[in-house]
Amino acid sequence: MNDMNEHMAQILVVDDEAQMRRLLRTTLEGEGYKVVLAENGSEAVRSAETHPSDLIILDLGLPDMDGIEVLKNVRRWAKYPIIILSARKDELDIISALDSGANDYLTKPFRTGELVARVRVALRVYNAAAARGPVVTLGGLTVDLDAHTVTKQGEPVRLTPTEFSLLSLFMRNIGRVLTHAYILEQVWGPKYAEESQYTRVYVGQLRKKLEDDPNAPQLFITESGIGYRCAAE
Amino acid sequence: MNTSNEHRPDPDALLQALKKEEEHSKRGKLKIFFGMSAGAGKTYDMLRSSHEVRSKGIDVVIGYIETHKRAETEALVAGLEIVPRKRIEYRGIVLEEMDLDALLTRRPRIALVDELAHTNAPGSRHSRRYQDVMELLENGIDVYTTLNVQHLESRADTVAQISGSIVRETVPDSIFEQADEVELIDISPEDLLKRLEEGKVYAPDRSRQAVENFFRKGNLTALREMSLRLTAERVDHQLRDYMQSERITETWKSGQRLLVGVSPSPSAVPLIRWARRMSYTLNATWIAVHVETSKMLSDDARKQLNSNIKLATDLGAEIVTTADEDVAGALVRTARRQNATQILIGKTVNNSYFRRSLLDRVIGQSGDLDVYVVGEHEEDAVRPHRMIVPEFHSGIAQYSAAAIIIFLSALVCYPFSGYLGYQTVSLILLLIVALLPLKFGVGPVLLAAGMSAMLWNFFYIPPRFTFAIGLPQDILMFLTYFAIAAVTGTLTARIRARERAVRQREEHSSALFALTKQLTAAKTQDEVAAAAVKNVSSFFASQVAIFLCQPDGDIFSAAHRTSMFTVDEKEFGVAAWVYWNEKKAGRFTDTLPSAAATYYPISGPRYPLGVIGVKNGGEKQFPAEQESLLQNFIAQIASTLEREQLNELAKQTVVFAESEKLYRTLFNSISHELRTPIAAILGAAEGLSNNAHRKEDVGEIQTAAERLNRLVENLLDMTRLESGQLAPKMDWCDVNDLIRSTVHKLQKELSGRTLRISLPEGFPLIKMDHGLMEQVFTNLLLNCSLYAPADAVVEISATVEAGVCRFVVSDNGPGIPSEALPHLFEKFYRVPGSRSGGTGLGLSIVKGFVEAQKGTITVRNRNGGGGEFTITLPAEMHQHYE
Repeated sequence: MNDMNEHMAQILVVDDEAQMRRLLRTTLEGEGYKVVLAENGSEAVRSAETHPSDLIILDLGLPDMDGIEVLKNVRRWAKYPIIILSARKDELDIISALDSGANDYLTKPFRTGELVARVRVALRVYNAAAARGPVVTLGGLTVDLDAHTVTKQGEPVRLTPTEFSLLSLFMRNIGRVLTHAYILEQVWGPKYAEESQYTRVYVGQLRKKLEDDPNAPQLFITESGIGYRCAAE
Repeated sequence: MNTSNEHRPDPDALLQALKKEEEHSKRGKLKIFFGMSAGAGKTYDMLRSSHEVRSKGIDVVIGYIETHKRAETEALVAGLEIVPRKRIEYRGIVLEEMDLDALLTRRPRIALVDELAHTNAPGSRHSRRYQDVMELLENGIDVYTTLNVQHLESRADTVAQISGSIVRETVPDSIFEQADEVELIDISPEDLLKRLEEGKVYAPDRSRQAVENFFRKGNLTALREMSLRLTAERVDHQLRDYMQSERITETWKSGQRLLVGVSPSPSAVPLIRWARRMSYTLNATWIAVHVETSKMLSDDARKQLNSNIKLATDLGAEIVTTADEDVAGALVRTARRQNATQILIGKTVNNSYFRRSLLDRVIGQSGDLDVYVVGEHEEDAVRPHRMIVPEFHSGIAQYSAAAIIIFLSALVCYPFSGYLGYQTVSLILLLIVALLPLKFGVGPVLLAAGMSAMLWNFFYIPPRFTFAIGLPQDILMFLTYFAIAAVTGTLTARIRARERAVRQREEHSSALFALTKQLTAAKTQDEVAAAAVKNVSSFFASQVAIFLCQPDGDIFSAAHRTSMFTVDEKEFGVAAWVYWNEKKAGRFTDTLPSAAATYYPISGPRYPLGVIGVKNGGEKQFPAEQESLLQNFIAQIASTLEREQLNELAKQTVVFAESEKLYRTLFNSISHELRTPIAAILGAAEGLSNNAHRKEDVGEIQTAAERLNRLVENLLDMTRLESGQLAPKMDWCDVNDLIRSTVHKLQKELSGRTLRISLPEGFPLIKMDHGLMEQVFTNLLLNCSLYAPADAVVEISATVEAGVCRFVVSDNGPGIPSEALPHLFEKFYRVPGSRSGGTGLGLSIVKGFVEAQKGTITVRNRNGGGGEFTITLPAEMHQHYE
């Protein structure tokens, strides 16, 4: 991975609390990122438009507008990762943020180490996406999205077509939190958005076939009440 | 008539066909075994086909079968399940009827119900068996039934003419048309007579003589022809339906519409039946029109009119009521307004040279409309003709009062006749006669006119005290007097009658207006109910009860408190039946007529809104115009009720949304305020801890901040619970995943403890709120980490059986002091003497979250020591599938 690229990355931090902004700036600059700060929604939108950002860390509770509005506004043209960092723990808020285009979310209070790790993964996946070929590797897995083959530690694994399309959805969105509804729509189609039992069952199958220990999953992580995240190693 | 559209099925007709199909798919299917007379073998054939479908594994039961002790038939009954008959005691006799409720509860695929035309014993829910059958069909049960041609409403007259016996038990033709399948059971008259001789036919309720009269070869041939023709007509119709739905257009013609006038006379009955037959043959719709005039109708006539209108309704007519003095004009006008193409009227005996008959006048005005004149059937021979003289409807009291007044007037004038002269007396008497119509009907007035003429002649015209009249001019005067008295009296009486009719109509419209005004002013459903009860009771001089449906559309639980009479369980049952079936029932109706009141449905466009019960003080049913006014009242009430219900719903939604929004705003801001500083502390501490120098101090900051964080989280959860805004998001949940991911997140807190998770293989998905359950397990495990020793063994197990999912979380620590057990889930309760670090909220949150998902939680000490929490949740399960 190109460390230079990551370290030069510019991050827009949107939070109305001065203390949080300071903390985030210190933490992120300590990791070698360039940081631009915004303290409300309109400033955030303006900054995003004027500064060439690589990633946004966005608070949902902003004084002038809801963070979701900022998210929707920026998502209209920006493709880079947006991570939600909010004191709101309500699943509905989180799901709505993810459905509006956020890549990931963390709730306050958070561990700075966790935040930095998420930022790093998001940037790496985003930068790699353009150059990515049909073969994706993750942990001991090698997935050929074109040839529909999967090997685990070099051993071929047989997957049903549905399992494979679920796996390839995860592989195309490494590090990103996928809501149940999104997964259902992508793999089974829009009519299945309410049939949440499918994701539970099929993720369970994938874990059985691909995880080292299905009871302590390392690849397909449950996001309580929200969906799944495909961990980036 | 729209010839240009002949090639294209009318969209309305297509829609009708679709609707019919749709209704049919939900409804049960009706199969009629149709025959020409008793003894044709209908019951036998019905049983035979039942055995056939039963052998295919279809659930068939006998609702009611009359075997008439025929051995062959009885043999077929054996082997079929029979729903026991209901025994109804009526005047000391026990009658057996089909048990409708038992059948509805049993819910077979197919029910066999013999003799569709049967009349139920008094006290049954419906007065007629075909109504029972309709209810079965509406409840999705298929019905096999039997029917003879003479019991069809439209054929009853003809049969009566052929056989000479009156058919009383008739079935509306619409039932026959609705049948999904009609199987004609044909037998030649010769065979039938042979069977009769062999004693194989049992003819019910008829004397031997009648039986012999009925089962004559001529009769049987005629009946056979009739049943064959009916079945053929039906096939013809089916063909037409088929062509219509398959867009085969050549024969697609209709748009014919018949109009028939309904008078309050028994002679209208054959006319109505004739119209129905003709409309069927022409595939035309038909309208029955009643023209209301100012004529007062006798009770008998009123009853006849009601039954005529009901007959027309039963036979599928559209009913139109219009008010006019000119019956012929009204008929033609209605025909044009309703786009009728033919008018049907009965041939009436023209009994006046001066008044043109109705027929002549209709023909005169009809223009391009076709007029069919139907001959008088020998109806009168069959049905006793009731004399009705609607105009002369005044009691004896009225006649005598009028006579007395005239007599007294003549008497009073007598002493003065010397001064006045006999001519003046005549004027005084004339004045009295002219005034009489203010109080009396035409009859008494005419009597008074005649009497006064006689009295005048007898007492005053010379020679007095004889009826003889001396002078020729007096004769002329006498005659003129009589004529003037009669004409004045009659004309005034007629004007009065008209006035009365106008006044009545005005009263009706002002009553409706008053009701509408009060309903419009009503602000709540209760006020609507109060206004409805008040207006209906005052205008119809009755006691009124009203029932409103619950906000969720479920049936009301009791009569509304504004009701004027109390409703016992039986009456309530009637109201409930009306509510669910959206049909009028109770007193004066065919359904549950033993009720004390008549119950009318208040029907909304989508679902029933309620029921109104009217307890008419008198012994008589409301006359037709009152009944239709009541229907208008109810329609008005229904639309207001619906408006109120929608209003209330909208209001509730707004209030709820507002309070939810407010709550969310507040909650988000508090969460933000509390969590942000903690986040800053934790974040800063984490940053510091990398510096390694003051690692211990920083560790203290982190521990303190985390403890504070837990407290804040617990307080926020508690707030969420107590706000009543907690709506669990029940979704399929992988229990294994839930428990393991929770445990995974608590690795640090549980370090050192041994964890045993026991979960059966292939545990099904359970519907629960993942987030809440994660919090539940987190709190329980944190509880263990606080109170169980550092080397404790913590066990989590889950089982599911009989629709209940049970989680047990236990440890092998010292357990919970027994005095603390009952208080453990109380808010801020802490076990006395426990070490610090807990808030006393964790377990009450657990309880709250579990109960929010309709579950329960209990705690006990294990036999071997240690606390044990058991959570049960109602388990909506989803089996794993491969």
